[in-house]
Parts: sequence; C-alpha cells; structure tokens
Amino acid sequence: MTPILMKGHERPLTFLRYNRDGDLLFSCAKDHTPTLWLAHNGERLGTYRGHNGAVSCCDVSRDSSRLITGSADQTAKLWDVKSGKQLFTFNFGSSARSVDFSVGDHLAVITTDHFMGVSSAIHVKRIAEDPQDQVGDSVLVLQSPDGKKKINRAVWGPLNQTIVSGGEDTVIRIWDTETGKLLKQSDVEVGHKEAITSLCKAADDSHFLTGSHDKTAKLWDMRSLTLIKSYTTVVPVNAVAMSPLLNHVVLGGGQDASAVTTTDHRAGKFEAKFYDTILEEEIGGVKGHFGPINALAFNPDGKSFSSGGEDGYVRLHHFDSNYFNIKI
Amino acid sequence: MAAVVDIDALSAQLGVNWSEVNLDSIQLPPGNNFGIESDDEAVYHDDQSEFDTGFGNIIVVDHLPVVPKEKFEKLEGVLKKIYNQLGVIKENGLWMPVDPDTKMTLGYCFIEFNTPQETELDCLTMVVYILRVCFNVWGSLQEAQNAKEKSHGYKLDKTHIFAVNMFDDFDRLMNVREEWEPPQARPYVPGENLQKWLTDEKARDQLVIRSGPDTEVYWNDARQKKPEPVHKRPYWTESYVQWSPLGTYLVTLHKQGAAVWGGADTFTRLMRYQHSMVKLVDFSPGERYLVTYHSQEPSNPRDASKVEIKVFDVRTGRMMRDFKGSADEFSIGGPGGVAGASWPVFRWAGGKDDKYFAKLSKNTISVYETETFSLIDKKSMKVDNVVDICWSPTDSILSLFVPEQGGGNQPAKVALVQIPSKVELRQKNLFSVSDCKMYWQSSGEYLAVKVDRYTKTKKSTYSGFELFRIKERDIPIEVLELDNKNDKIIAFAWEPKGHRFAVIHGDQPRPDVSFYSMKTAQNTGRVSKLATLKAKQANALFWSPTGKYIILAGLKGFNGQLEFFNVDELETMATAEHFMATDIEWDPTGRYVATAVTSVHEMENGFTIWSFNGNLVYRILKDHFFQLAWRPRPPSFLTAEKEEEIAKNLKKYSKKYEAEDQDVSLLLSEQDREKRRALKEEWEKWVMQWKSLHEEEKLERQDLRDGEVSDVEEDEYEAKEVEFEDLIDVTEEIVQESM
Repeated sequence: MTPILMKGHERPLTFLRYNRDGDLLFSCAKDHTPTLWLAHNGERLGTYRGHNGAVSCCDVSRDSSRLITGSADQTAKLWDVKSGKQLFTFNFGSSARSVDFSVGDHLAVITTDHFMGVSSAIHVKRIAEDPQDQVGDSVLVLQSPDGKKKINRAVWGPLNQTIVSGGEDTVIRIWDTETGKLLKQSDVEVGHKEAITSLCKAADDSHFLTGSHDKTAKLWDMRSLTLIKSYTTVVPVNAVAMSPLLNHVVLGGGQDASAVTTTDHRAGKFEAKFYDTILEEEIGGVKGHFGPINALAFNPDGKSFSSGGEDGYVRLHHFDSNYFNIKI
Repeated sequence: MAAVVDIDALSAQLGVNWSEVNLDSIQLPPGNNFGIESDDEAVYHDDQSEFDTGFGNIIVVDHLPVVPKEKFEKLEGVLKKIYNQLGVIKENGLWMPVDPDTKMTLGYCFIEFNTPQETELDCLTMVVYILRVCFNVWGSLQEAQNAKEKSHGYKLDKTHIFAVNMFDDFDRLMNVREEWEPPQARPYVPGENLQKWLTDEKARDQLVIRSGPDTEVYWNDARQKKPEPVHKRPYWTESYVQWSPLGTYLVTLHKQGAAVWGGADTFTRLMRYQHSMVKLVDFSPGERYLVTYHSQEPSNPRDASKVEIKVFDVRTGRMMRDFKGSADEFSIGGPGGVAGASWPVFRWAGGKDDKYFAKLSKNTISVYETETFSLIDKKSMKVDNVVDICWSPTDSILSLFVPEQGGGNQPAKVALVQIPSKVELRQKNLFSVSDCKMYWQSSGEYLAVKVDRYTKTKKSTYSGFELFRIKERDIPIEVLELDNKNDKIIAFAWEPKGHRFAVIHGDQPRPDVSFYSMKTAQNTGRVSKLATLKAKQANALFWSPTGKYIILAGLKGFNGQLEFFNVDELETMATAEHFMATDIEWDPTGRYVATAVTSVHEMENGFTIWSFNGNLVYRILKDHFFQLAWRPRPPSFLTAEKEEEIAKNLKKYSKKYEAEDQDVSLLLSEQDREKRRALKEEWEKWVMQWKSLHEEEKLERQDLRDGEVSDVEEDEYEAKEVEFEDLIDVTEEIVQESM
C-alpha cells in the first residue's frame, strides 16, 4: 500500500471530509485555505480563499454543491464547491470549531468556542436554497453547562431530531433540536476521562465513534447513548474514522506535538491504528506521518482512506487487496 | 466516667443532640489521640488505663548506690541528668529518701514526671479541659512509662544496675500471692498460613504493581496469558511497597509509619511499625527485622539533615533499637549523599540467621549483633578511610575497601574480615587504584573486585578484576584482565548460584559481552573465558535466578533491546524489544521475566511478561506505572542432589504438566471462540436494530431531503465509460537531418 502524499497545506491539518460520491476530498488546515483534492489520485483541484484564520472543520452537502467551513477568524462560510466562490459568511463572537449539515442540507449546526466572556455554544442555522435569501440568524442556540470548555464537535442525529455534541468537558450530550433541551448525557463511569477530540458518525446515523485524549475511542448508540464498544490505545486520540465497508475503526493521534523533538521518533506512535469493531482488538497500523495525526476520513466506498497530520501532509491510502481478506 | 457525665450535662445545656453527631467524621490531630484508644490498641495499653491513683507519673528507681550525705547531691545530679533525657521531671519531683540515723541514702528514689497545672475553668471550656487533662496526664504517663522502659537495666556501673518500676505497680507487686499458681495455658490459636501462596496448584508466582493511585497484586497466569487479580487497593501505600526477602510480607509506607501485609487468602494487615514520615525500609535477609529510615531536611541548609533509624522485630512489632543523629554519622560523605545517607545504612550479614548488621561511617565500621542490639565487643572497628563494605550473601564475612592514602604512599586495600571474631581472613594491597567495586556471588563462593587503575600518565583508567575463591583453602586470589585491557567495563554480573559471570565491556554504542567461568572441565582452579559476543546493543545484564539464561538488555539509550541468551549452549534464543523499557525483573523461579516501562516516560507505560526464552506471553498497559515487583520465594527445601535428580528425569514429570497445558489451551481457545461468537451476536443485534429503525425512518428522511428517494442508490448508478478526445495543440517541427 503506497500512499499518495498530498502537500498543499503549510500548517497542520485539522479536518478531512469526503463528499458522498467519494470522488472529492476536502481538507482543512491551520493555514487559512481549505483545499479540494481528487480522491482517487490526490490531484489538487483548488482552494477556497477568504478565511483569515485557522480552519477547523468543514462539511459538504449531499449533492456536492455547497461547502461549509468553520474558522478561528470567528466566521463560518458557505462556499460554492465548483467555483470556489464565497456565498455567505456567518459571523460569531468567537472561533467556529465544528460544522455539520443536516439530513436534507437545510440546516447546519455550528459550534463556537468561548472567548472574552462569550461562552461556548452550539448554533443551528437555516441554510437557504438560494444563497440570496441566506440570513445569519440562528434558529436555535444551545449552551453547554460549562461555558469555559470547548465543544469540539457537534453533529446531527437521526432525522435531525437530535444534536450530539462532545468536547473538552469529556461528556457526550444529546440535545433535542425542537426544544433545545438536553436529552441525555454520557455516563461518567463509562464515558471518556479526558477531552473528546473527535466524533464521527455512521452513514446511517445509527451509531458514532468518539476519540479522546484519554487514549481511548468509544462507540455509542446514537439514539440511546449506550456505550457499545471501547478501543484502547497508547497515545491520545485526535481523530477517528469508521470503515463503511468492513467492521474496522481507525484511530489516529500521537504524543503532544511539543514533545516530538525531545524523544525518539518511534516514541510518538504517529500511526493510524486499525481495530476490529466487534472484538475491539488491534489489527494493524499505518505509519508515515512525522507528527500526530489530526484528521482521518474513510472514502464512502471503504476502499481508501486519508489521514492528515501535524506535519502538514495529507496521506491518501488505497488499500491493497489483501486488506479486504484480513482474518483475526 | 465522670467526664462522660459532664459532657452530657454540657451538651444538654448547649442543646447538642449527640445522636445527630457523626462521631466517625471527627478526625483527631495526628499523633494525638486524647487518650482515646482505638480498639486494636487496647490490649497493648491495657495496664495504663488505671490512672485513678494519680501516681501514674511516678517511677521508683531501685538499686542505686548507697551514698553518704556528701555524695548525695552528686548522685542526685547524675539521676536528673539521666531522667531529664527521658522526660520532664516535675519540679522537686525527685525524692531520694535518707536513713535518718546514718544519713545514708537507702538506695532508691522516686521520680515524678510533669503533670499539668491546675487552672480555673468555666463551664464552657470544660470539655476542652477534660480532653486536655486526659491528654496531658496521658503524656506524662507515657513519659513515665517510657522512662521506666528505657532506664530499666541501665548500668550506672558494674554493681549498680537500675531496677525501675512504676509506683502504681507496687501495690500489685506487694499483693503477689505467696503460692505460685501455674498460669492458665491459653488455647493455641493457629495463625494464618502466611506462605499459602506457595501452595498454589498451578505453581504460579505473584507480582505487585503500582499504577496511578492503585496497588494491585496479581497471579502471573502465563497459561491463560493474563494476570489474575488477587488483591487491589487504592492508596494502599503513600510512597512505595516492598516484599520481604522471603516473600512473606508486603510492606507499605505511610505517614505514621510502615505496615506489613500478608495472609492466607487475601492481604490483611499483620503489624504496624510507628515511625512518622518514614521514607525507606529494609528487611533483614531472614525477614526477622525491619529497618525504617526517616530523614528531616535541616532548616539551615548548611547543617546536615537529621536522620532517625529504627529497627523493629517484624513479628512482634517491638522496636528493638533506634538510632538518631545527623546524616554525617550515617554516611561517609561521599558524593552520593545529597540529603541523607546512602540506603541501606545498615547492611545485614548473609544467611537466614539475621545475626549481624553493619554500618559504615567515617573511619569506622560498626557491627551490631541482634541478640542485644549492641556493638560486637562493645566497640566499632576502626579502619582508616574505609569507603565501602559488603557482606558475603551467605556467611558472616565482611569485605571492605580502603582507597589509597598519602598520595599513593599507602596502597589501597581490599580485605575480608570474619565476624564476630574480627579476624582478617585475607587482604590484598592494590596500587594506583582509582576505584573499586565488590561483587559477591550469590552463594558466597566467590568475590569479584573490579579495580579501576590509573594508567602511567594518571590521565585515564583501565579496569581489571581480582577474583577471590572464598571456599578454598587460604582464599586464593586471581587477577583477571580483559583481552583488551583498555576496555571500559559497563556492567558485571555473577551467575546466581553458579560459577560464571558476564561482563559488558568496550565502547558505547556497541560494546562486547564476555562470559567467564571460575571452573571449566579442563581448568578447575583457574578462571577462563567462555566466549565474547561482539558489538551488542546492551548496557545491563540480567541473569535468570536459576542461572544458565541471561538477558542482555539495552535500556535507556538503547530503547529496550532484549537478547535472551543461553550461556550453556552459548547461543541466542531470541531477540526482542520492549520499546523504552526501564526495568527488567525475573520471577523468582526463572520461568518468566517482566519488562516494564515506568512513569519516567510519559508514554507506553505498562509491563510485558516474557517466557525465559524470549516468547512474549502477554502485555499490560497501565498509565502512570510506577513499580513492579515479583513476590520472592523462600529457598527450596530440596537438596542439590534431589534437584539434580528431578532435572534429570524432567521428561517424566513434565508429561503431566504438558497434558494440563494442552487442556488449558484447548479450553482457552474454546472460551475465546465462545466469546467471539457472543460478541458477534451482540453486534448483529445492534446492526439489526439499526437497520430496522433506519427502514422505519425512511419516509421521514425522504421528506427531509425534499423527496429524494433512497439512502443507498447503488442501483441508480450506471457506470458508463466515456471516451473523450480533445486536440489540444498541434505543432510542426522540421528536424534537419544532419549528414
């Protein structure tokens, strides 16, 4: 399995997203320009210029026409995927941390950090059919109990009825999108012990996987918030992904970037680790990044995946045929 | 009881409802129990509870010299001096009666220790007062008791040995019946079998680990490829834990002192040893005594820190002796002593008798014996400039090293001294020595002394060995130099119970490892080299406790390289790596070995168990991993011949165990299959549930998507290959043919 190295970002990667067809790959990094790549050969198609801060997250609509990005310049922007034009800018009083389109793409959930007395929050925006009609007002604003902790990720639940959020306060919460009420919280006993860094949901919105600095990833039922599986690794987890094809989950992470230069290169464990979803056992690892892995994404066809690292590279891996016959 | 009534009255007055007060939540200040004894101390302090007479703070000292009037004051002065060290004597509290006729003393005196001042109190401070009275009386009682215990048997001179009694005891002693009554024999209560762990059916070994706040004891179940928990306790110890040398006890350290744990089935507290802020502990090799150490940083950095060492009897918990002083008295002022003495301060002589222990201090070696806990022959051995001592692991022979003095005029010296006779068995003078290290072989048969000598220019050093054969007549000494005598020696280790040793020598990063034998088949009286392994990534040697196998380990800079080596066959059995490994420890039987990454590293914390030949058995990850220690086993009762016989007929014995192993592995794979099946089933159930829910919600989802139909549209797609040709550019170029 020879990876394709994609060097387009000058700063650490933060997020990777495939479109539904699996032919396009969007990457976000701490430099200010989200980039679009061809998912099969890693050719760079273009960039989205306009942000003035690190871009932390993006999402693409089902028909691959719209892109939404959240950035530390305190805005979230809507883009036309094809032309790279900015369509609309949502302004906030603080960094936008995560974005996610709802089923049907008529709504988007955006989380913002705390900043200068503004506490972190989850905003729901209506996305207009025609960009001309787009307004910046929030349909719903949800406040986390601890406003001083970042909400690192919020995604839509089944049928847009709920929003699932997780962040630095280690608790996963399920909110009702109608009433804005908190429906469920993850159990302290079984839940994460340190900040939740990433959250990725299954294609059918039935379950989701969270990664945390407590060196574990956990698989939850999205409706009942029941803990189903737990995967333990040796390094803080920054990114998680689930194979849509096989019962595999991938965890990425590594030691803190500040400690990299002071220890042996093998100490970092900058590997993407594959686990069997059901048995919770490690299957293997994919090495390559010099620095922690910050982003992981599976191609919707399950035949390739890409990883983005602190080193500024996106590595695109097409699986060898023997990957599909792994037996454990 | 009066106190209780008063408290009731007071509480009624104050409106306090005692039934609402949670007495358990009241914490007494440490070291101050206000005279309230916890239940388990009741037995110990039984006799002290009767302080009704009010004379509990008076002791009677008998067997004093009978002196005339002229010497009265002198004797009084001496007594005051003695007893003021043990407690505060009340003003006019020393009364020595005098015979009115002869004006001679009667040979005894009364000493009263301090009691509290009476003060006028109002009602509200009554409770406080009562508590304080209790405590203060208790304090002076203890002083008296302490003084009694400490000075009883004190030898003023040869004929006057103090007999000290509590004043209160006189009543009791006077009422002793004339006729002797045989004491009631208490029925024998069998104690717990403290060595029950040795009778484990699967002959497993135990190990203790500390990680985060937890201390856990496990069976090392290699067959099941996992540890089996025995006991777990958070905050079991406040610094570290340690097994006793024969594995009977586990000692934990606390603010108030040390405690030992053990028992047949689980770990219960067997004894406590009071020594506040204890820092280090050490057992005697036969685990009869426990030495505890505490040092206090001086308030003035120029002063030496204060050191207190106590020696306890492990089984009774009695303090046998304590030593106090500044750190200087317990160390030789070497560069190692940063804020205290080098541990262990007291080194125990080998063997199970626990008879002698020795302390090294400036120019002296103090050897104590445990019968009286005093110095042998009442005096220390004077050895000028001695810097290191080392006991033979089996005999009471002390080896000592004295470096060069007078700029080389007086040679350095290594000597063997027999204890208790203090006879020098053997000594060797060594010239131009910079340093010496002594290594005893575990059965005390050989002593290797690594000698670093200066080269002629005095700018560099080279190393050699002096090998002593202790058990042979006249203790012959042999000099061994490495093939390349300029090689630096990185590590040295004797084969346990064997006659071989291994040396890592040469230059980093790829030193050589050599094996030597003190007696080969051809050459029984001389040391000979067995082999040299070139360019190994190793900096530490770990012999299996049974010998024969050794791990050449590259710790620290080498990131945990492991080479499992068979010295009999001189072949490598396996090479492995435990990345970042910091510690390696063989189990007491030499069947398994644990390698660990402790919390000196941020990551990878945990331990790995290997078989003796380098097969990975299992691996456990634990964050904040501090310590791993195998539970030692006492030495085997089998004779050497019997052991040899078993080794010879190993095939016969092993059959049974192999069958068992197979059963277990079958069972395991069966269990594993079963587990996997259950997990798969459970997962399928979830997937089914998700699928059906997904199906149910299909229409609603369609609505949300403005009527777009399905979720999975594979059928919708039609892969079409479209060929597309585009003429981009045409250029014509005429290439001239050159002829």
